[in-house]
Amino acid sequence: MSMTGVLRPGFAQVRVLDLDEALVHYRDRMGLELVEVAGDGRAYLRAYDEFDRHSIVLREADEPGLDVMGFKVASEEVLEFYAGKLRAAGLMVSTIPAGEQPGLGRRVRFVTPTGHAIDLFASMERAENGPMIDNPDLWRTEPRGMRVIRFDHCLLYGDDIDATAAVFRDVLGFSLTEQVVTPDGEETIAIFLTCSTKAHDLALVRYPGKGKLHHVSFLLESWTDIGHAADLMTRYNISVDIGPTRHGITRGQTIYFFDPSGNRNEVFCGGYQFYPDHPVRTWTADEAGKAIFYYERALNDRFMTVVT
Amino acid sequence: MAPDHRHRVTIRDNGGSFTCGADDRVLIAMEKGGKADIPVGCRGGGCGVCRVRVLEGAFETGPMSKRHVGPAEKAQGLALACRLYPRGDLVLALDVSPHCLYPVEETAGS
Repeated sequence: MSMTGVLRPGFAQVRVLDLDEALVHYRDRMGLELVEVAGDGRAYLRAYDEFDRHSIVLREADEPGLDVMGFKVASEEVLEFYAGKLRAAGLMVSTIPAGEQPGLGRRVRFVTPTGHAIDLFASMERAENGPMIDNPDLWRTEPRGMRVIRFDHCLLYGDDIDATAAVFRDVLGFSLTEQVVTPDGEETIAIFLTCSTKAHDLALVRYPGKGKLHHVSFLLESWTDIGHAADLMTRYNISVDIGPTRHGITRGQTIYFFDPSGNRNEVFCGGYQFYPDHPVRTWTADEAGKAIFYYERALNDRFMTVVT
Repeated sequence: MAPDHRHRVTIRDNGGSFTCGADDRVLIAMEKGGKADIPVGCRGGGCGVCRVRVLEGAFETGPMSKRHVGPAEKAQGLALACRLYPRGDLVLALDVSPHCLYPVEETAGS
């Protein structure tokens, strides 16, 4: 698949209880650039290696969680094409006008069967100080904090993950890369979807509720950077869930931790490359410990139940 | 007897007991002391796993998700231990938020 449809995760708008605390976390500890705090109070941030203007939006609210995840598509024509396909599939589709987030074009919004708001968009302004493209150095100035490279994916928790996955696969052209099923194969517990050659651009886990955020994930360069991130988490008393460790699923090396409002973050590196001719990798639930935490080989209650 | 400026926190359900400074959060003080008397989730006021009911004692709270501690619940003394600052000795009862799934399975009382 040459990528002519949905390109990649573009942004996540996350609710936080205290914007100042959140900025210390996302800007100073994780190393995102603060693009602006806009008039309505939302903060817009971007990782150093991202070309688009922003990828993380923080909105102060009295309940943390995910407002919306946005995916960038290849063109305005593609955006219109998917809007039609989503409507034809029976989904409620609405339009968010250009400029609702600064620098962001028109968005097509739908709500998944698991209750998550998903936006598609084709246009976002380029970052003012984005990655160099002429005789490009690695970066303009050395990355800060955990040195996150980009916003990479989200894991969302909800009830009918099969129906949500069907929207992404059948309507938006995503591929299933990996899954966890019950030993009898009757029920899907976790689903990993890609619109690219990444092992996942979106993950779904079954949970008796709607619209939950498990984590927002950011790419790091290396296992060494994972160690550096872990050093910073201890130095600055960041709430750690688990890690450094590795996933069996996707093979990514990882740490899970929480922002100051309790939204889970991940920093990870590695993982395999996926091509659309690859078969689906399947884990059975009795091996879920190894699938999720390859070194510990056991799940913890917190990973399965703590969400925002 | 607790050192100066430290308050005694007691968990009625399991008899757990530890001390917590006035500027420390109850859940974090518990973890630092190597205790596990209150379940630990996100530690940020978001998930509801560490919700407790304050039975006795003065306290203050930081920002907490209204999903897990709404205004009425706050008035009844419910709080998330990760956002709970003691202003005197506290007696707490475990009261995990009904809006979260923790724990996955029934576990024997600790």
